[in-house]
Amino acid sequence: MSERIYLYKRFERFWHWSQALLIIIMMLTGFEIHGSYALLGFAKAVQVHTLAAWTLLTLWAFTIVWQFTTGEWRQYLPTLKKVDAMVKYYVLGIFTDAPHPFKKTPVAKHNPLQRLAYLAFLSLMSPLIWGSGLLYLFYPQWPAWGVNQWLSLEWVALAHTVGGFMILTFFVAHVYMTTTGHTPFAHIKAMITGWEDAH
Amino acid sequence: MKSGLPALLISLALALSLTGNAGASAVHGSPPKKTGKSSTADHSKFKELQQDFKSGQEVTRACLSCHTEAARQIMQTRHWTWEYTNPDTGQKLGKKTMLNGFCIGDKSNEAFCNSCHIGYGWENDKFDFANEENVDCLACHNQGKYTKPGGLAGHPAYVRTEYPPGSGTFLEPVDLAQVAAHVGATRKDNCGACHYNGGGGDGVKHGDLDSSLNQPSRQLDVHMSADGGNFSCSTCHQTDAHQVSGSRITPTAADPHGPLLRGQASDRNPATCQACHGDAPHQAPAGSINAAREKNPELLNTHARTLACQTCHVPAFARGGVPTKMTWDWSQAGRMGPNGKPQKIKDEHGHITYDSRKGQFGLGENVVPEYLWFNGKVSYTLQTDKINPDGPVAINTFHGTPGAADARIWPVKRFRGRQPYDTENLNLLVPHSAIPDDTAYWYNFDWDKALKVGAAATGAPFSGKYGFVDTEMLWPITHMVAPKEDAVDCIECHKQGGRLEGIPGVYIPGRDRHPWLDNVGWALVGLTTLGSLGHGLVRILTRRRQDTHDDDTHGAQS
Repeated sequence: MSERIYLYKRFERFWHWSQALLIIIMMLTGFEIHGSYALLGFAKAVQVHTLAAWTLLTLWAFTIVWQFTTGEWRQYLPTLKKVDAMVKYYVLGIFTDAPHPFKKTPVAKHNPLQRLAYLAFLSLMSPLIWGSGLLYLFYPQWPAWGVNQWLSLEWVALAHTVGGFMILTFFVAHVYMTTTGHTPFAHIKAMITGWEDAH
Repeated sequence: MKSGLPALLISLALALSLTGNAGASAVHGSPPKKTGKSSTADHSKFKELQQDFKSGQEVTRACLSCHTEAARQIMQTRHWTWEYTNPDTGQKLGKKTMLNGFCIGDKSNEAFCNSCHIGYGWENDKFDFANEENVDCLACHNQGKYTKPGGLAGHPAYVRTEYPPGSGTFLEPVDLAQVAAHVGATRKDNCGACHYNGGGGDGVKHGDLDSSLNQPSRQLDVHMSADGGNFSCSTCHQTDAHQVSGSRITPTAADPHGPLLRGQASDRNPATCQACHGDAPHQAPAGSINAAREKNPELLNTHARTLACQTCHVPAFARGGVPTKMTWDWSQAGRMGPNGKPQKIKDEHGHITYDSRKGQFGLGENVVPEYLWFNGKVSYTLQTDKINPDGPVAINTFHGTPGAADARIWPVKRFRGRQPYDTENLNLLVPHSAIPDDTAYWYNFDWDKALKVGAAATGAPFSGKYGFVDTEMLWPITHMVAPKEDAVDCIECHKQGGRLEGIPGVYIPGRDRHPWLDNVGWALVGLTTLGSLGHGLVRILTRRRQDTHDDDTHGAQS
């Protein structure tokens, strides 16, 4: 019998899955607003996109408080240690059934590559998508705030679209990486139950 | 107390007459039945109007005996002078000299065209614009049974008249005393008698003005419909001293202000949408959140920084069942019917598409407008202007810088014509067409004669050589305002190939993108997907090899 460790707490799991749902909704509606396809209709897509944005912002407000009160924020501190080993594992080891170079523990549940990826998400994609998104949301207020003196909607839309593509790319890679546990659904199961089998 | 008894008697008489007219309820303070008549004067009781009028001028004399300033006011208006100096361009405009792509021009055809002049007797240059009795009060204030047929120089038929001459059909004389006894405030059909029929027939010119507006459905015009606002034209075109507000020569393209208060001193045009609705008219119902609504009122108001109200709220023109002319090709005129006589060809709906006198027409109903940036400034190609015969010649040009604060994206009707011009002097020509004589085109089908007489009347040079040139003319679309549920939907513009395709100066989400960003973005997503699938595939292939010993391990785990 292998050891089971409790990696993801209840709020964390709730956060993860509701965020996943909101991000999927926002990607679907966002690319519809962008004109890539028709699904809900433009007006409905804008409405859903806007509502999802405010919901996710609220969720993030709670999450940020949670991260700091629990100290979980440290999980996202980057490290370069063993990054080369992780890369080597995904390029070679994973195919030869080599042992995973990183052992998950409740205080270090993200491998070094994950930490880098999440840091990139937080420091690059998140400011880009939220900064441009909030400017987009508050477009009606631009004249009152004097914003349209130095900014055009075109640039905001451009930045927001760049952010959208980055998040979609992140999403694809992220979903694929969940299958790289010791069984294809091991990571997903852990994110649902909180418990992960440790080898 | 001296006047006590008479006052009591008058009140009693009033009360009795009200009882007789509107039922007893009116006496007891409930609101009187809406009869549409709110005037304090019953003109049929005026002795001045109980005459056997022989002419329109005699009626006018009677009107002016009470309305002493009316004629002088009228004489200040474009309705009277047909002359106007455009303050934006300095061009001398007005119906007297302006050209169009429909009947082309007024000069030499006055006796016909000037049936739409609010005066009596303008058939040539000798018309006396200073004679107050020449003002036609009845044209705008009749309540029916008063028409001014083309050819009578602005007069109605005073005696039984064969019309058109030689046709064998007769016009009955107008009963001036009856018409004068029933005058009142202007009604839709008063304005419509001319403004619906510009270009020679119902709905021909404007596209957003035709007789369907007399009794429109709510869908056709939410303001003018009896189920809606029940407006007459003058409800919006507020008039002061006979000066009617609103103009297609100098329209108000952008009016970024709140609603006008009653009595507020302002030089704003009272006929704009914003004069009543303000520039932020979309509102969420009380208690609801803007951002939570499918059509976020705040976002809709933001559109007013870029769009004219009409762009969304007049989804199409000629919606009332009356077609409008979209094209008119004069070069096709003169083709006779099988019997050698002038012919008219009708389409399956009974609308004329060919007339030997006029040429070939293209008609349109439910026409989606074209859109352009417009700041209200319009310049015209006049007869004194040289044209480029390669065409199309812009008979009028709407100005406006894309994205400028003083301009909005406006809906327009783009009319396409083909009309005569002087191939040597390169100016547009006005044909003498509508007067039954030896030279008018409609009666002789001889362009040389018609153009020569027309040119002489307009003072334009004429080399004797003529051709036909393609022309275009723009008409602002502003009437036929649909109810809000029928406004243009977001997706009509927020997509590629939508209504505003190609309109510069504005970033429209859904329409606009940077193609290179989309290419790079989708390539990145695609490569990531492919990479993941490839990586996964290799994992599956390599795993199969290890299946045997894996089974043991996994078996032990479970």
